[in-house]
Amino acid sequence: MKKTGRVYLIVCGLLLAAGLLSVGLGAVTIAPGTLLRILLAQWPGSGVVPDWPHAHSTILLQVRLPHSILVALTGAALAGSGAAYQGLFRNPLADPYLIGVASGAGLGAVVALSFGFSSTPLGMYFIPAAAFVGALLTVGLVYNLARVNGYVPLTTLILAGVAVGAFASAMTSFLMLRSNAMVTRALAFLLGGSPVNGWEPVFATLPYFGVGLVLLAVCGHPLNVLQFGEEQARQMGLNVDRAKIFIVIVASLTTAVAVAFSGVIGFIGLIVPHLFRILWGPDYRHLIPMSILGGAAALLLADVGARTVIAPQSVPVGILTAMVGAPFFLWILRRAKREVLW
Amino acid sequence: MSVMLQVENLSVSYGAREVLREISLQVHTGEILALIGPNGAGKSTLIKAASGILKPRTGRVLCEGEEISKLPDHLRARRLAVVPQAKPEGGAFTVAQTVMLGRTAYLGWLGKPGERDERSVAHALRMTGLTDFAERHVAELSGGEQQRVLVARALAQATRTMLLDEPTNHLDLQHQASLLKLIRMLAGECELAVLVALHDLNLVSLFADRVALLVGGRLTHLGTPSEVLTEEILQAAYHAPVRVRENPENGRPLVLLQI
Repeated sequence: MKKTGRVYLIVCGLLLAAGLLSVGLGAVTIAPGTLLRILLAQWPGSGVVPDWPHAHSTILLQVRLPHSILVALTGAALAGSGAAYQGLFRNPLADPYLIGVASGAGLGAVVALSFGFSSTPLGMYFIPAAAFVGALLTVGLVYNLARVNGYVPLTTLILAGVAVGAFASAMTSFLMLRSNAMVTRALAFLLGGSPVNGWEPVFATLPYFGVGLVLLAVCGHPLNVLQFGEEQARQMGLNVDRAKIFIVIVASLTTAVAVAFSGVIGFIGLIVPHLFRILWGPDYRHLIPMSILGGAAALLLADVGARTVIAPQSVPVGILTAMVGAPFFLWILRRAKREVLW
Repeated sequence: MSVMLQVENLSVSYGAREVLREISLQVHTGEILALIGPNGAGKSTLIKAASGILKPRTGRVLCEGEEISKLPDHLRARRLAVVPQAKPEGGAFTVAQTVMLGRTAYLGWLGKPGERDERSVAHALRMTGLTDFAERHVAELSGGEQQRVLVARALAQATRTMLLDEPTNHLDLQHQASLLKLIRMLAGECELAVLVALHDLNLVSLFADRVALLVGGRLTHLGTPSEVLTEEILQAAYHAPVRVRENPENGRPLVLLQI
């Protein structure tokens, strides 16, 4: 128990540090002290006297802060839903990207975009919903394709996920290329990287993220019971069908919101839960909240890397997570070959 | 002795294939009823149907007088616990975590255990001799110990009926003996009604109160070991040459295979 508290403490510290780095670093570097005073100065009557260039506070408040919040929420959603999918499929290699759900959500979002929903203020709020529908359809399709005698084996899961994901990505590119104006956005979706700036996407996604992350965090116990297989889970007293549907909907919702404004970012949902499983243990009641916090920190750090590695040009963050994530995936695959999977 | 588990006229089909046909039997408090029969006779299917996770085509299963197919999952799991064959699933959990998950029928959605749940788990660990293993990972344990963990998980469900599906499979002699002794002890001390599918006829003879013989999905014989384990009945059921002698140690039937 003591160890559990320490892990939470370390992850929260890491998240705070990643957040400070994320808002502080960029073309203009803002020191942590200045960051804090700019934020304090927004409070009426705080008495902080501005001694920084006006541009700094604009960059921080209008560009960096909303960007970092969106990145953190996206990372949290991807890692949290990744952990849930892994538990649901009883397969440590399930990841919103690898099982095609992220691509399906991307397709849903792009279909909504191509109908011009984004031009209206209300449309902003509609994109995540469309992505959600895309994600649900994909997860249903992949699950049924991959299922063999009530199991979802590693090989069929990844094969079905890659095939369905590739199809969804192809449809996405096709729809995007039909209108030249959307090519940049298409690239962003396929490579992972937020093309939208400002507070608007944060406000548009916050209700979905809030509901999704809280509901994900309470899926831990049913996921634990499901680790014994559906038959035993029912004999142990779990309403398996209800639990499965609830978890699929919540995990797909959070994936969809993440994809709706940040594109398809792979491997965060794989690496983060897996690290906590190795370092801490298999109990999903803590594994999911830990993954949510850790995912936020991890994607913030990846995003800092993406913005600084060949500055002033920034790399889509999905490229960076894939560069780190793919070798990690192979490492787990090697381990999985030797060990019994849970 | 009161009737705990009552199977009435139960028929089960997989598609067009009838796997169980009009089975009726009862298990009483403190009694061990062994299910025997050749491969494919429907032993596992009967355990599954009796546990309520397989819908019967006709007939019903009553546990403590209540029809189990009409109970929601958590209430059914408070009346009837199942010990499956040990598999690597869930091996990443510790013994204590696994046994606590046996309390699912009493825990809320968040799975936060209360004092009663902790007591129940401690009791289950003590009864199965696993108290010292509580913090070990299930995957590190031997096959016999893993099977004990599953018995403890079922005990934590605090039911008065326990179903076991071939619990001694893949266990060596020592672990077979200790597991069956454990089940015998639980039937006596915890007053459990036990329905257990078993392969080894001599184990059945040693430890069952009554024996039910399934052949081709039908219940052909039901009685004490000495009544059911006879040369005539077994040769007809298994199509194998067997001799039955009296065990000089205890007077029970001893089944010998002739080759």
